[in-house]
Amino acid sequence: MRPGRELLPGLHMADDADLKPLPLDGLHRRLGARMVPFAGYAMPIQYEGIIAEHNWTRESAGLFDVSHMGQILLPPGDDAALEGLVCGDITGLKPGVLRYSLLLNGEGGVLDDLMITRRADDLYLVVNGAVKAADMAVMRAAGLGVDYREDWALMALQGPRAVDVLDRLLPGVAALRFMRAAGFAWAGHDLWVSRSGYTGEDGYEISVPAAAAEALAEALLAQPEVKPIGLGARDSLRLEAGLPLYGHDLDPATTPVEADLAFAISKRRKAEGGFPGAARILDQLFNGAARKRVGLAIEGRLPAREGATVWAAGRQVGIVTSGGFAPSLQAPIAMAYVETPLAGDGTALEIDVRGKRIAARVVPMPFRQKNYVREGQQG
Amino acid sequence: MSRLYTQDHEWIDVDGDTATVGITDYAQGQLGDVVFVDLPEAGRAVSKGGEAAVVESVKAASDVYAPVSGTVVESNPALAEDPGLVNSAPEGDGWFFRLTLSDAAELDGLMDKAAYDAFIASL
Repeated sequence: MRPGRELLPGLHMADDADLKPLPLDGLHRRLGARMVPFAGYAMPIQYEGIIAEHNWTRESAGLFDVSHMGQILLPPGDDAALEGLVCGDITGLKPGVLRYSLLLNGEGGVLDDLMITRRADDLYLVVNGAVKAADMAVMRAAGLGVDYREDWALMALQGPRAVDVLDRLLPGVAALRFMRAAGFAWAGHDLWVSRSGYTGEDGYEISVPAAAAEALAEALLAQPEVKPIGLGARDSLRLEAGLPLYGHDLDPATTPVEADLAFAISKRRKAEGGFPGAARILDQLFNGAARKRVGLAIEGRLPAREGATVWAAGRQVGIVTSGGFAPSLQAPIAMAYVETPLAGDGTALEIDVRGKRIAARVVPMPFRQKNYVREGQQG
Repeated sequence: MSRLYTQDHEWIDVDGDTATVGITDYAQGQLGDVVFVDLPEAGRAVSKGGEAAVVESVKAASDVYAPVSGTVVESNPALAEDPGLVNSAPEGDGWFFRLTLSDAAELDGLMDKAAYDAFIASL
């Protein structure tokens, strides 16, 4: 057996010597994690096993180290200039509110997907680890005052028990709602806490000074509801939630409309344009794009992975960009780009896996209902 | 009957001119949760070191190679129902396939248990 014709997304072979350790490196190794190269860092892929960790997150609370992601501050007055790079309404963003947005190139292709929060004294951005250097180069070239906070760690606490656990340590976080954020103090350190995540579960993302990261992680892991979760389960959780992974489901040749992320184009921006590739994106928005990202439910148990081709009536009509076995559904699922006339829910398609044609059907995403606690909701 | 091992972490039990093939406990530990095993059909000819099966874990699809050349007689039907047998009983009920050997001399280059244990200890 030789592992890994299709490795976990983003998992590329590299010399360990080239890998940078993140603030929680020592903790991961003490916890028995299997460490792998990811986005230029050594990261934990799993502790006790991907399926067990996946299920624990769905049932209780999982702690994820996502310190490879880029945390960036911009001066508050850079909001209008930032709108020249992304398709979201940033000038209209209220303090303490997160916005999912897309950094675009001149052809309307997606350079990254990111979270933008307005805070009292700055704009706080979280971008993907693998492309953070390129993102910052684009922002600097546009004259933005980029302050890269490499001295902060980022962790996520996700799952139905996350709210109880975190409110025990940080009284008051239970009052935050989905896509809202605020500052909290813990053991003399300033934390920035957002009610958001990448699993489809309720939960939080916590920005913490690197020097305090291990103590905070230990305090969270000391709670009986919490276990550490690796990148493997992070990928299966986000796939079930229908959330795209940059570099796989999104890339510079793909527009927000093709990616079925048109919700990220704010209403005012649709009316005004003025973002990179606006002419092409608005044309696709009103007239349709040739292809579209869809969810596929797969018959049987054989997973279809990134790169597998999608077929209809003997003709290739698309390609799988993410796929795997969904532990919560006990079945294989995939995301694919297919020709738009074949993107309707229920459309029967075939996927080629090593020369075998397996039956698949277009289904709505998320594959599994999300459990967010939104504004105006109790709990 | 004795069990032999390859450097690619397959095991093979030889009984006369037929043999049973699976992957080792070490291999299943590297793979993590197995969710599907793509097994060869009876009658398929496999060659030593060539692809014979694919084991799908949550994170990856991995090739399984034939330790020796031969013709597949049977694949393990239990793996279709319960691929997790590869994790829970890799060197027992989680076997992959049986084959008839075409050249018993190919067994000579394989490792015995002591040699395989020393090999994985060196990894």
